[in-house]
Amino acid sequence: MSKKNEASLSRRQLLRRRFFRNKSAVFGLVCLMIVVFLAVFGPSLSPWSWNLSDENGLDFNAFTESPYGGGLTAPSFDDGHYFGTSQVGADVFAQTMRGLQKSLLIGLLVAVFSTSIAAIVGASAGYLMGKTDRALMWLVDLLLVLPSFLLLAILSKWYQSSGWLLLVVLLAIFNWMITARIVRSVSMSLRERDFIRAARYMGVPTRKIITKHLIPNMASLLIIDGTLNVGGAILSETGLSYLGFGVRAPDVSLGSLIAEGTASAITFPWLFMFSGGLLIITVLAVSLIGDGLRDAFDPGSRSGKKS
Amino acid sequence: MTSQAILQIKNLSISFPSESGMVQAVRNVSLDIYPGEVLGLVGESGSGKSVLSLSTIGLLPNSATVTGEVILNGRNLLELNDQEMSKHRGKDISMIFQDPLSALNPVQTIGHQIAEALLIHQDISYEQAFQRAGELLDEMRIPKPFERAKSYPHEFSGGMRQRVMIALAIANAPKIILADEPSTALDVTVQAQVLQLLKRASELTGAAVVLVTHDMGVVAGLADRIAIMYSGRIVEEGPIEQVFAKPGMPYTVGLIRSIPRIDAKQKRKLVSIAGSPPLPVDLPPGCAFAPRCPARQDICETKLPELESLSGEQRVACLRKDEIQNLIATGDLYSTEETSTIDQSKSGETILSVENLSKSFPVFKGAVLRRRIGSVHAVDDISFSLSEGRCLAIVGESGCGKTTTLLEIMNLVAPEKGRIVVFGKDVSEISKSERLALRKDLQIVFQDPFASLDPRMPIGEIIIEQLQVFKVPKVEQMARMQELLEIVGLDPAHANRFPAEFSGGQRQRIAIARALALNPKILILDEPVSALDVSVRAGVLNLLADLQKKLRISYLLVSHDLSVVQHVADFVAVMYLGSVVESGPVDTVFNHPRHPYTQALLSAVPIPDPVAEKTRERIILEGELPSPMNPPSGCRFHNRCHVRQTLAPKDQEHCATTRPVLLAQAGNLVACHHPIGQ
Amino acid sequence: MASFILKRFANFIVLVVIATTAGYLLAAIALNPRENFLGRNPPVPEYSINSILDNVNMNDQDPVLERYGTWVSGVIKGDLGLTIFSESVNNEFKNRIWVSFRLLILGSIFGAVFGVLIGVISAVRQYKFFDRTFGYSSYVILSTPVFLIAILLKLFAVFINDKLGFTLFYTVGMNTPELTGSALFVNSLQHMILPSLALILGGVAFYSRWQRNSMLDVLGSDHLRTARAKGLNKRQALFKHGLRVAILPMATFFAYSFGLLIAGAAFTEQIFGWYGMGEWFIRAVNTNDINSVSAIVLFTAVLVLFAGFLADVLVAALDPRVRIR
Repeated sequence: MSKKNEASLSRRQLLRRRFFRNKSAVFGLVCLMIVVFLAVFGPSLSPWSWNLSDENGLDFNAFTESPYGGGLTAPSFDDGHYFGTSQVGADVFAQTMRGLQKSLLIGLLVAVFSTSIAAIVGASAGYLMGKTDRALMWLVDLLLVLPSFLLLAILSKWYQSSGWLLLVVLLAIFNWMITARIVRSVSMSLRERDFIRAARYMGVPTRKIITKHLIPNMASLLIIDGTLNVGGAILSETGLSYLGFGVRAPDVSLGSLIAEGTASAITFPWLFMFSGGLLIITVLAVSLIGDGLRDAFDPGSRSGKKS
Repeated sequence: MTSQAILQIKNLSISFPSESGMVQAVRNVSLDIYPGEVLGLVGESGSGKSVLSLSTIGLLPNSATVTGEVILNGRNLLELNDQEMSKHRGKDISMIFQDPLSALNPVQTIGHQIAEALLIHQDISYEQAFQRAGELLDEMRIPKPFERAKSYPHEFSGGMRQRVMIALAIANAPKIILADEPSTALDVTVQAQVLQLLKRASELTGAAVVLVTHDMGVVAGLADRIAIMYSGRIVEEGPIEQVFAKPGMPYTVGLIRSIPRIDAKQKRKLVSIAGSPPLPVDLPPGCAFAPRCPARQDICETKLPELESLSGEQRVACLRKDEIQNLIATGDLYSTEETSTIDQSKSGETILSVENLSKSFPVFKGAVLRRRIGSVHAVDDISFSLSEGRCLAIVGESGCGKTTTLLEIMNLVAPEKGRIVVFGKDVSEISKSERLALRKDLQIVFQDPFASLDPRMPIGEIIIEQLQVFKVPKVEQMARMQELLEIVGLDPAHANRFPAEFSGGQRQRIAIARALALNPKILILDEPVSALDVSVRAGVLNLLADLQKKLRISYLLVSHDLSVVQHVADFVAVMYLGSVVESGPVDTVFNHPRHPYTQALLSAVPIPDPVAEKTRERIILEGELPSPMNPPSGCRFHNRCHVRQTLAPKDQEHCATTRPVLLAQAGNLVACHHPIGQ
Repeated sequence: MASFILKRFANFIVLVVIATTAGYLLAAIALNPRENFLGRNPPVPEYSINSILDNVNMNDQDPVLERYGTWVSGVIKGDLGLTIFSESVNNEFKNRIWVSFRLLILGSIFGAVFGVLIGVISAVRQYKFFDRTFGYSSYVILSTPVFLIAILLKLFAVFINDKLGFTLFYTVGMNTPELTGSALFVNSLQHMILPSLALILGGVAFYSRWQRNSMLDVLGSDHLRTARAKGLNKRQALFKHGLRVAILPMATFFAYSFGLLIAGAAFTEQIFGWYGMGEWFIRAVNTNDINSVSAIVLFTAVLVLFAGFLADVLVAALDPRVRIR
């Protein structure tokens, strides 16, 4: 019954209304906006630089007084070290902002890559079926049982020397399988839907069926999974970086900052507190938004249809 | 009814919150149910009939707002909490649900589930309960009941599961059995069995049955009394014969006369009720049916008619209830004309022929590790042909292979076995470009208009999609789109809207417009009205009939609904388990069926006329459709055949071993060793 | 059932072989053991580097496949080779495996049990206080990486110890040396509680979310409605009919989450100074110890697949629809 009523509102209006009625999703959105703002403009809000060295050697702008002393000051607004300073006197705020930027960027890129791989592989497997499907699904199953975290750590020696973009690619390669499975099963059911059949029987070419009918009808799924994948990617990246297998000095990520701060976490909590907090907030915001989108696109999907 | 009502519903209103406001599902309904009677509660989807029945058993979702009273034994059930209400559920009131597959717990045995129902309300041991469960299954005519009690639901067929549901419902000898569309998900021959058992269940326990359905035919055969719901209100109520003979509400009149009848002597244009049922949000103050009503007056839009006595026990909610019979007599209410039958003499040439077509599917088992365990012969050596301007119907129950046949034709590739010839071209010999060209002349309309239109595309674009494939100039595309929308009776100004903004009937019209885009010569209709609400079916059927006359298209219709076939088709082929058992002109096949299966099928179709329905003789087939994976030997119908049981043992053996072929029998082609009337 | 298990087992062996091969080859290509000996003062002569590397079968001057062949033929005989320090990988393996098992078994069992329990209660009390509290908590926990949970637990323990004035929680190692008997047992528990908790929290959050959703799906299902129509009240219907159906999907999640758990254990071991497989792995990668790394990949693949295998058998046992007779 209610289905018919909803038709009287346009789909977009309805989505927006459902999403914004969801308090935790809105909370997530606000958090994410703040986090993105910090990641983009944060580094320029501080008088200090995140990088301890530049082409000329040590970058003295990064240190309070001298590079060899005066470290470990508590957070204070007076001297511009909003988040305090590290053992070597580096500004924690500038470093945290840089780390946030890096982690967020890697998370977003990995999500985009892995969701694209998932969409392509899943849609081809599901729509074309047969041998293509079997081969691709075998690959998915294999990648799922491979201990991806260990393999990434093993490969760290290799990608750490070739820059962080390779890390993004590798993270994406180990992150698309579950989404691909979902996309595949959706494509398979869409394939048997009458509107796709009708298009086939009207002589619409396969390529056009996929782009004009299949993908638009999976858009919501891809948006939701893409969003949720951001969180997963950030967790993987920070985990690797924490152990020294991800982003490595001189560059920083939230993971490597937390690792640095852990040693003296008890005495100097500001060393890891801010990066840790921002990490939690970022991942939390992204998953709240993802779940909010899912509820908006597909209200009956998870929470009780009837009681 | 002189006896005391067993359940009284008084001024019941039920509403739900929704995105666009409160949905008023049931509005101020009062209804009495008497012991032992069968009450048919009839309405279309969204009329509130299911919500009404759920409220009496206290299973409405928590979000529902309920006012009024439901009185059983002097207690208002609506005041009870879940704990107290569950003492009545199953004991005083029990319920049978529409879908017997999902209604049973998949991980517990049937016997356990029935035994549980007994143990809740009776103080007996588990062994006794399990024993009783077996007896109940036996009463529901389930073969080897005590053995089957140990099986799981997925090991039963649909009809068998519904028998289990009935056994469950009568386990504690309730006073009232609510049956919510109990036979809708079943095949017509199985439906007849289940309805018979429902009647038996009521006789065994003396319980009143509330039969909730959209099918006037089912009600006509089973019910003593009928209550018709429209938009949350009861609009007419009374003894069934009286309501069918002299309906007092224009909606009832339209409903009865919009249904094609299998026993119709001549083809009449069906009454079609304009428009579609209103949304149950912000309903107008007046009669909800007024916008669609042919007897509407200005006052109908502002004044809400109450349900008042018309004559005897018949009650009607219509301001003009006393005039309706006169309006019918003068022909002012829904005028119908006879359809001009297509000129039979001008026999066109054959444009589609299927020869010895076969198709099988591999069957896999196991969810975790799939392995091939055999194949289903979905279509096994069938032949038929379609002439220009004619309509050929393929009828049969689910799994008979009728849809597979359609898809094989639409694929336009060489079939597994046999030949498909379209416009004189064998599809196994055509090139890719010829195949594409054929798609212009061969189009299809699917069953479910909610699935056949891409929800992400405006309807205008949907309609001209094929014009784009065939590179028709842009200007012509737009003109053609306008024209097509007008042909199917839709407003061309709505071309930018998305399918979700249209009702089922309108969507099916859009699907028809899309199929007509390039003036095809053959239109394949796959159950074109079975997914639609009863009151809009007639409109679509009439449209199809008009189009055929106007555009001289040939139809290949597939349907399980014999009355639709009777109404639309010229020729019919009856399929059973992958093969054609009888074919010929509709009139001869339906009036003088030669094959026992055709006869049984026709007899199982409910007729929306209580007098005819209750007096006619029925053939109720034994058993269910066998699995097409291992079909019976010889004649595939032999193990269910009622004629075979009357034969000599030698002849019976012949049926079980030798497969009959289609032979001419008095105008029909029949595949039977012992055709009827010989 | 027997043939089902046999087929699964064959599939299992194939996947283990592929995973281990991939692990070995990647390690052999990406890791460079020679690096360990370069840049030393005094410099190690090349011939002695080669002789050390040859001895442990890690000489990059030999073809990768040849080294792989040597390694595999050892593994088949039950010999996992030598570490870069020319010690037996087997010995190291034996010393460390129980350390990790203690964490993994506790983590998986407690995580699953408490997660399912909380999930069920949350579904029954949907939108009530219990549901909301655990719902938001699990969101936060799922957004927090294991290493951060571990660090926060450590901080929390230090704070508690400080307040109490004695050491209730130990934050480093598996036990205090030179203890015996019940004192050792209690001491081990005090050491064990934090690392286990770090793993269990994540598991509880993960399972409780899914169990809640699965339970809510079942809650709206037709067969539960039938159960209530029979006369069971809402709670009875839920526990008698809902639970078993709702737990089915959890078996599959159990398999999926096991890989995550192993990765989580690596962090926990490192942070709490447990010398388990995870800690070994981190050390092995940093010391370019190809044989140790491959042994750990083998171990992980076997565990993950075994969890998957267990899940399949569990589903087959619980669900008559997939049972094959």
